[in-house]
Amino acid sequence: MHVQIAWRNIWRNPRRTVVVLTAIVVGVWAMLVMVALMRGMTDGMVDNAISTLTGEIQIHATGYRSDPVIDHRISDPAAVKKSIDEILPEDAQSTSRIRVNAIASNARHSTGLTLAGIVPKDESYVSFIGPEAIVKGRYLNFEDKNGILVGQSLAEKFDTHPGNKLVIMSRDTTGETASRAFRIVGIFKAEMEATEKQFAFVHIQTAQQMLKLDAAISEFCIILADDSRLESTAKSLADALGSDFEVLTWKQVLSAITAYLELFDGFMLLWYVVIFIAMGFGIVNTTLMSVFERMREFGVLKALGMKPWWIVRDVLTEAMFLLVLGIIIGNLLSVVVIGLLSTTGIDLSSLAKGAEFAGISRIIYPSLKLKDVATANAVVCILGLLVSSYPAIKAARFTPVQAMGHV
Amino acid sequence: MSMDVKMAWRNLRRNPRRTLLTVSAVAFACLLLIFMLSFQFGSYDTMINAAVRIQTGHFQIQNEQFRERRDIRKIISNPEVVGRILEREQGITAYTFRAEAFSIVSSGNRTYGALVIGMDTDREARVSTLKDLVREGQFLADGDKDQALIGRLLAQNLKVGVGDELTLLGQGFDGSVAAAIVRVKGIYSSGQDDFDRAGMHIPLGYFQEIYAMHRAVHQIVVIAESLKRIPEMKAQIQSRIDHLETRENLTVLEWSDIMPGLKQAISMDLVSGLIFWLLLIIVVAFSILNTFLMAIFERTREFGVMMAIGTEPSRLTKILLMESMFMTGLGMVVGILVGIAVTLYFQAHGIDLGGGAELLKQYGISGRMYPRLSMLSVSLGPAMVLFVTFLAALYPAFKVRGLKPVDAMSFI
Repeated sequence: MHVQIAWRNIWRNPRRTVVVLTAIVVGVWAMLVMVALMRGMTDGMVDNAISTLTGEIQIHATGYRSDPVIDHRISDPAAVKKSIDEILPEDAQSTSRIRVNAIASNARHSTGLTLAGIVPKDESYVSFIGPEAIVKGRYLNFEDKNGILVGQSLAEKFDTHPGNKLVIMSRDTTGETASRAFRIVGIFKAEMEATEKQFAFVHIQTAQQMLKLDAAISEFCIILADDSRLESTAKSLADALGSDFEVLTWKQVLSAITAYLELFDGFMLLWYVVIFIAMGFGIVNTTLMSVFERMREFGVLKALGMKPWWIVRDVLTEAMFLLVLGIIIGNLLSVVVIGLLSTTGIDLSSLAKGAEFAGISRIIYPSLKLKDVATANAVVCILGLLVSSYPAIKAARFTPVQAMGHV
Repeated sequence: MSMDVKMAWRNLRRNPRRTLLTVSAVAFACLLLIFMLSFQFGSYDTMINAAVRIQTGHFQIQNEQFRERRDIRKIISNPEVVGRILEREQGITAYTFRAEAFSIVSSGNRTYGALVIGMDTDREARVSTLKDLVREGQFLADGDKDQALIGRLLAQNLKVGVGDELTLLGQGFDGSVAAAIVRVKGIYSSGQDDFDRAGMHIPLGYFQEIYAMHRAVHQIVVIAESLKRIPEMKAQIQSRIDHLETRENLTVLEWSDIMPGLKQAISMDLVSGLIFWLLLIIVVAFSILNTFLMAIFERTREFGVMMAIGTEPSRLTKILLMESMFMTGLGMVVGILVGIAVTLYFQAHGIDLGGGAELLKQYGISGRMYPRLSMLSVSLGPAMVLFVTFLAALYPAFKVRGLKPVDAMSFI
C-alpha cells in the first residue's frame, strides 16, 4: 500500500520529479562514462602487456624469475608439456619459448636485446608476434634455420632491412660465448617502440642449437580462453609440476600493473563519491522542498494517527523510486554513449609517445564492466537514501498542530 | 543599495536552508577544482624535475647527429668552450660533461650489453641525483680511474657486488677495440628499470682514454633554475653556440625533446583531466539548475502576485539573476578560500600516496606528492563554475517572464 502511495506521490508533481531525475541521470551517466573510459585504458594496458610475451600463465624452472638466465631451464619440456596438457582446458593456447639476453650487432651498430626462440605457429596464437605484425618481409616459417625478425625501431636505428645480416651473441649452456649470424627475414611492428627495440625472434630449434640447449627451453607461455579460471588453473599446474617449476600468473609477473589496478578501484570509488556529492546537493534541496511543501499533508496524516517512522518510510520510498528510476535511465544512456564511443575507439595516435610512456595502447576502447556499473549504482542508491533521510526525518518531526497551521 | 539588490538579498535570507545548500554546492565544486588542478600541476613539476634529475637534465648540448644514431663518432670536440658560454649564462644551476658508448660487459661467465657512460665525477654530483642513488658502495671520487658504478639490475644479472671485477669490451672513437678491466665501486638504483638494467658509469677521463676520445664528449647536460625560462634559455644558448668556431654542428635539446614521452604523457593526463572536470562541471551545473528551478516553481504564486501589482517581467528576471549570482558569488568566495587553505596545507605537508608510491617510482618520484597553488589553478575552476551557474540561472530567470499573473496566483 505505502509503495503505491509513494509512486503516486512522485507523479503528483511531475515537473519536480523530472528535475530531480535529470540530476540523478546526469550524475550516473558521468560516473559510468568516466569509469568506462578508464577501464578501457587499463584493459588496453593489460592486454598489451600480456601479448608482449607475458601470456596469462608462465612456467619456468625454479629460479628463473629472480635470475632469468639460461642456467634456469626446463630440460625435459616434453614431460612438462604432457602434464600441462592434462590440466589445461581444451580451448587454452600454449607455446614453448627460449628467452635469453643477447647482444645484436651489424657492421656499424650494436645493442643489447632479448633473443626469443619461438615456435612460429604456436607463438602467433599466444602473443602479438605473428604474420599480421610483420610490416616488411615475412614471418618466420617452420624451417627457418637462419631467419630472424627484428622490430621496426631497431631496424631504423641499425639502418638495416630484410635480407641483411645481423650477428647475435649470447652465452650458451657451457658458459662460452655463442655467436651466430642471422639473415633478417622480416620487420615487425609492435604497439610500443620499446617492444620493437627489445625483442628479436628466431626459430626455437635454431636457438636451441646455437645455445647448446638440446631440447631444453626457457618457458611455457599459456593463454586461457576463460579469464575466470586463471587462479585455479595456475594452482593445479603448480601442484602437478612440483617445486622444480615456477608457475606464475600475469598478475604476479606484471606486479606494477596489478598494483595500479588495485589503486584504480579505490580511485573510481572516490570519483563516484565526488560526483555524488555534486549531485547530492541538488537531491537534498529538491526533496527538502517537496517535504516542506507538503507540511500540511504530513500534519494531517499525523493527526490521523500515522506513526512518525511511517512518514520516514514513505519519504524514503519516494526517494528510492526516484533513485532507481534515475539509475535505470542513467545506465541506459551510458550504454548508448559508450556503445557509440567503443565502436570506433578513441584514437590517441597523436599522443603515441605519451601513451607509450604511460604504458597504454594507442586506441582506447571504453568498456563498461558489470562490476563497475554495480558499484556506481550501489553508491548512488546508498548515499542517495542516506542524504534523503535528512528531509525524511524532518518530515516526521512536524507536530500536527504546527504543521496544519502552515499555509 | 538599490531596491532590487535589497529584495534579492532578502529573498535569499527568507529560505536560509535552501540558500545554504546551493551555496555549498558551488563552494564544493570550486574547492574540488582548485585542489585537483593544483595537484595536477604540482605533480607535473614533480615528475619533470624528478625525471630530468636522474639522467637527462633540463637541456643538453649534443652534436646534431648524435641524438638519432648514438654514434660514438658524433662528438663535441671542444666541450670547455661550450662550458664557458654556459658559465656566463644566467639561470643555470650546474652543468656536466658525459660521453657514452654501448659495450659488452662481462663478469666470470656472464655477459651483458650495457651503456657505458663516462662522467665528470665532481660536476655530475651537482647535476643528477646519481650520487644519492648509490645504495651500496660509494660514488666515484675525483682521481678514480678503473672504477665503475653499475645499476642494480645489471649487477644482479652479472652476479657481481661491490669490489668485483668486470671486463669491458667496446669500439673506440677511431674504430679500435676498447677494452678495460674495472672494479665495481658502487651500485645504484633509480627505480627506472631501463636505466638500472643497462647503465654503467666510469670516470670521464678514463672513458676518454680507453675509447680514444681525446678530450671530446658526447653530451653537455645542464640543469636550470626553473622550468619556466627553459625555452628562452635554449634559444639564447643555441644562438651563442652558432657563433662559435667549431668543427661540428652543435644543437641544444630541451627535456621535452629528449623525453618526448614525458611531455606527451603530461598532455595526455591534461586531456583526461579535462574530461574529468567537464563531467564534474556538467553534474554541478545540473545540480544547481535543479535548485534554481525548484525555487522558481515553489515561488510561482509569489511571482504572480508581484506581476499583478505591476512588477515588470524584466525586473523579475533581474532580481532572480541577482539572487543566483549572490549565491554563486558567496559559494565561490567560500570555495576559493577553503580551497586555497586546503591546498596550502598539502603544499606544505605533501600527500602520501600509499600504494601509489611504488608505481610512481618508475617515474623517479619518491614518496610524497605536493600540489602547487598558482593563479591559474585558483582561477580556472571557479571561472568554469561561474560560467555554468550563470547559464543554469538564465533559464529559470527568463522562464518567469512567461507567467500569467492569474494562473500563477492560483498555483498552489
